[in-house]
Amino acid sequence: MKTRFMLCLLIIFCVLISISCKKQESEIVIGEYGSLTGTTATFGISTRNGVDLAIDEVNQSGGLLGKKVRVIVEDDQGKPEEAQTVVTKLINKDRVVAVLGEVASSRSLAAAPVCQSNRIPMITPSSTNPKVTQIGDFIFRVCFIDPFQGFVMAKFASQTLKMKNVAILRDIKNDYSVGLADVFVENFKKMGGNIVTDQSYSEGDTDFSAQLTSIQSANPEAIFVPGYYTEAGLIARQARKLGFTIPLMGGDGWDSPKLWEIGGEALNDCYYSNHYSVDDPSPAIQKFVADYKKRYNQVPDALAALGYDAARILFHALRTAGTTEATKVRDVIAQTKGFAGVTGSITIDSNRNAVKPAVVLRVKNGKLEYVETVKP
Amino acid sequence: MGSFLQQLLNGIVLGSMYALIALGYTMVYGVLRLINFAHGDVYMFGAFMGYYLSRYIRGSGEGSYLYALFIMFGSMVLSAALGIFIERYAYRPGRSGAKLALAFWLGILGAVLGRFVSASMISILVGTLIGGLVGYFLEKYFIRTIPRASRLALLILAIGVSMFLENGGQLVFGADPKFFPQIVSAKQLNIGGLSLNNQQITVFVMAVILMILLNAIVNYTKTGKAMRAAAFNLDAAKLMGINTDRIIAATFALGSALAAAAGILVSLNYPKIDPLMGIMPGLKAFVAAVLGGIGNIPGAMLGGFIIGIAEVMVVGYLESTYRDAIAFSILILILLLKPAGIMGKGLVEKV
Repeated sequence: MKTRFMLCLLIIFCVLISISCKKQESEIVIGEYGSLTGTTATFGISTRNGVDLAIDEVNQSGGLLGKKVRVIVEDDQGKPEEAQTVVTKLINKDRVVAVLGEVASSRSLAAAPVCQSNRIPMITPSSTNPKVTQIGDFIFRVCFIDPFQGFVMAKFASQTLKMKNVAILRDIKNDYSVGLADVFVENFKKMGGNIVTDQSYSEGDTDFSAQLTSIQSANPEAIFVPGYYTEAGLIARQARKLGFTIPLMGGDGWDSPKLWEIGGEALNDCYYSNHYSVDDPSPAIQKFVADYKKRYNQVPDALAALGYDAARILFHALRTAGTTEATKVRDVIAQTKGFAGVTGSITIDSNRNAVKPAVVLRVKNGKLEYVETVKP
Repeated sequence: MGSFLQQLLNGIVLGSMYALIALGYTMVYGVLRLINFAHGDVYMFGAFMGYYLSRYIRGSGEGSYLYALFIMFGSMVLSAALGIFIERYAYRPGRSGAKLALAFWLGILGAVLGRFVSASMISILVGTLIGGLVGYFLEKYFIRTIPRASRLALLILAIGVSMFLENGGQLVFGADPKFFPQIVSAKQLNIGGLSLNNQQITVFVMAVILMILLNAIVNYTKTGKAMRAAAFNLDAAKLMGINTDRIIAATFALGSALAAAAGILVSLNYPKIDPLMGIMPGLKAFVAAVLGGIGNIPGAMLGGFIIGIAEVMVVGYLESTYRDAIAFSILILILLLKPAGIMGKGLVEKV
């Protein structure tokens, strides 16, 4: 019994070792991590779809540096600690040349130090919290940052909607949400507005009645909910149950094909800031939307578009560098200027952030209406 | 003042949910002296059954009360079957002192299922190996040293079953949250400045109706009498010709059906369901049952409402992050001050 058991152990170890020793020479392997499951599942799935689309395009046009590109996608289940684990695995076991991910800032913040200490470039498609790229010189992003997004929504509330009193409902355990709420408060006050109450919840909560009741008694003209789509939808639904008629506002964390399924009509006439609008007539965007629709039977959300852009910037850098050597690739990414992305022209600044305009969208009967564009 | 009353109302709605789950806890404990840790997961199972039933029957569209009752009943029957199954293949062998290696098998199975969620052959092998090893040593050095069929062994078994259901749920239903259809269409009511809605009233009314029903079953039917006898003294009841195995199975069926009803009703109000949704409400409902006096049916209701109201008040007037802390603070307090609970009788435990 014992010997047989030991034998099994031995066999398993041999299998493990043989698998980890296989080195792929014929292809370029890049890593991607994201939440394919959990309360923010659509973030990971949309991003993956966008990246896959970019990879297929590059492989159909003959690959990079004479090799095919392959992506290894890891699911972090929406947990920061899991993100750290899977990125360590991508770098040490799969030997990826670069890492793409994550959407959520808290997960990017957990995994970025791993990329930085291994000196592997990481491009986050859509983490907007400023702290992410401050981790080190190997960490980049292709989206705008929260100080800008918070400014956009504050400006929109105060100047477009002419609001004076707004309530905040933030996800207290989420870097993205807290950062966005803080910036909004600061800018909205500067523009002469007034924050009547600042309430909080935690991701995974299902009951928001207590916070909403407190908000109701403060009588705001709108609620700013800079959270993710699952909670945003549930909050909208519960707010209507409590008799709210005022609009809710949010950031790009609302952007998901599932948002409408969760919140339904409760979301009508709510606003959120985003990276691009599907209705933008520019040919590059319309081509991307058509390709994406053809392949996934779904309208691409901003996270899909950003995933697509992040992958293309990486390919561009690999092609320009002419090598997969991490340091050289990093240097080329850092010099990206005016790259024509689906989500606008992408220029990486000295802090490794992208400087880009944002759009404000209105939710209407399951569709998103374009309201305005705000330039930095 | 208006907002305080509204908060109280919110607390009562949340409390109905805890009360409903606590009823099943209290009932099983009353008969078996077993904290059925898998109860919260049966509640999850019930919610998912309701979700699939409603999808199967109508896809999507407007709901009605009749239709909702039908869904609830269907889900209750399915969950009762699950309860009987768990009792028959896990707790009963455990009770009769069959080799508790069963816990170890559940451990292995749990490990396999858990690894399935991020599936790759290697991780399944490693997961099985580690799960098997842990289970093996647990059984050898820990479970075997406990007197067979003791309450502690059963408790460990219950935790195993709970993990099995959670991971099995992730495997079968998928780990993503799903959104419960509106089987009763929402209507907004305003009563003297308070916002209410027919779904919330439904939950509260159903909670009270189920409690009255349960009380009637336990106190006025033959099965109920047998349950009380079994609760009083299992061996003596057996000697008096009561088929205790059947009574215990009936208790589980009833408790699980209640959990399923809770699952459906709660999902009406809080429409997000996922395979791990039973953990927190399950724990809090357990606290509610202890607070009211475990084994005491009206006590479970009272405990549920107290926990619900306390939670909403803490979130509304203090910090939202204390939401989970308050229930467990109450648990510590009640154990220090009145361990038998508010309505519990100070039972002398027979050792």
